[in-house]
Amino acid sequence: MNRNHISEQEVSMLLNDVLERYGYDFTEYAHASINRRVNHLFQLDRFPSFAEFRYRIIADAGYALRFVEEITVNVTEMFRDPQFYYMLRQQVLPVLATYPLIRIWHAGCSTGEEVYSFAILLKEANLLHKSVIYATDINTSVLEKGRTGIFPLSQMQQYSRNYMEAGGLHDFSSYYTANYEYAKFRQDLGEKIIFSPHNLVTDGSFNEFQLIICRNVLIYFNKTLQDKVLRLFGDSLEPLGFLALGSKESLNFTSVSGQFRQVDSKEKIWRKHHL
Amino acid sequence: MAMDTASRVVLIGGSAGGLQAILTLLPGLSPRLNAAVIIVLHRQSSADSVLAELLAVKTSLPVREAEEKEALLPGAIYIAPGDYHLLVETDHTLSLDYSEKVNFSRPSIDVTFSSAVGVFGAKTMAVLLSGANGDGVEGLGDVHEAGGITIVQDPDTAVVDFMPRHAIQAVPVDHVLVAADMASFINNFAGLMVG
Ligand SMILES: C[S@@+](CC[C@H](N)C(=O)[O-])C[C@H]1O[C@@H](n2cnc3c(N)ncnc32)[C@H](O)[C@@H]1O
Repeated sequence: MNRNHISEQEVSMLLNDVLERYGYDFTEYAHASINRRVNHLFQLDRFPSFAEFRYRIIADAGYALRFVEEITVNVTEMFRDPQFYYMLRQQVLPVLATYPLIRIWHAGCSTGEEVYSFAILLKEANLLHKSVIYATDINTSVLEKGRTGIFPLSQMQQYSRNYMEAGGLHDFSSYYTANYEYAKFRQDLGEKIIFSPHNLVTDGSFNEFQLIICRNVLIYFNKTLQDKVLRLFGDSLEPLGFLALGSKESLNFTSVSGQFRQVDSKEKIWRKHHL
Repeated sequence: MAMDTASRVVLIGGSAGGLQAILTLLPGLSPRLNAAVIIVLHRQSSADSVLAELLAVKTSLPVREAEEKEALLPGAIYIAPGDYHLLVETDHTLSLDYSEKVNFSRPSIDVTFSSAVGVFGAKTMAVLLSGANGDGVEGLGDVHEAGGITIVQDPDTAVVDFMPRHAIQAVPVDHVLVAADMASFINNFAGLMVG
């Protein structure tokens, strides 16, 4: 029943191949998750041996793309951690409201559930019309889904509960139209969102933001890469800008901790100092 | 000076009724336990430092919700946080993973058991407790294959017997025990820290 057919060393070889051939750098990701994903893909696609698997990745660019998309974890939800959204509403939106143009970056946005959640907050604070939201991810197929604004209807009950807990002001179902198994979110929510590819490992800063949201992405990186990406965020924030991380991520003990102070003792929202 | 990480690991997985068994076994653990203990417990709410507090009063060993990149130290108890899978890295640090649920569960017992035994090999002991779900059985099988020790709660004494019964059928189990007897097996396996 030994299901781990591919050793950690072999995984490293594949990651090096993908880096050399295609320029995607996963070599500084935490190993345990990548190992699990690579082994899962190996099983799923029924390769007879590691050699065949490796050959396919090297020889077939289309398959290499599948490899990249499958080893990244794209699970996401709307209004996950309702308290987090509640804090954004209470502590961050009033500050953003003072800017004539609000620039927000969702890094590692996956299929966009988080981005639409935040767009709803902006809408309810009457700020969406003067906002631009950049939603980026390494995986172009999830961005494609995000652009449609269409999510599975089966999730809406849960999302509606989350939304209410996050201090939602309206009937959640007023934000989408239900169609067979799908919920299509209102056009006006998506209008200010720009979905675009961006690789946090290799791509640089592309604007200055007042808020960067990057949740459940850093947990996949090793310490060195976490520090590098956090510096990128620091460089991409205006003075007094906000950085929001996932519920198990932190700036403590990182290279940028001195530049930020945590806004709330519990929720993972930091604010950049002046200067 | 960096402390040495644990060289042995004790994995405890439970679902419905598992908490009861954990509360029973914890007080018997030696305060000088020479292994890291990882607990994966299915539960409803994800916002729960409550669980760590609940367990902490039952043992003098430090109990905490696992943080990503945290090193596994001997004599410490780590709880898989709600809504994340908990993985073990080859350098004996912990990683969190927000990927798909496994067996309808996140954290999943299988995920942590398989990951940990991949690192600790035969120096793994896995304990599967009460539950209504099959999660943990496959991981227990991995522990057995790697030469680790497998323990299952006596189904007749489990609050919900499905999980332990299923495990006993599917996996060669080394010991079937009531919760109150588990601590001494864990203490023996772990050995004691000197000093
Ligand atoms: C677990 S999802 C998190 C989604 C969402 N932020 C949330 O918390 O619900 C992680 C996302 O990070 C993306 N990702 C991984 N590596 C990346 C990189 N180097 N650059 C940009 N995005 C990356 C993945 O493609 C995936 O969509």
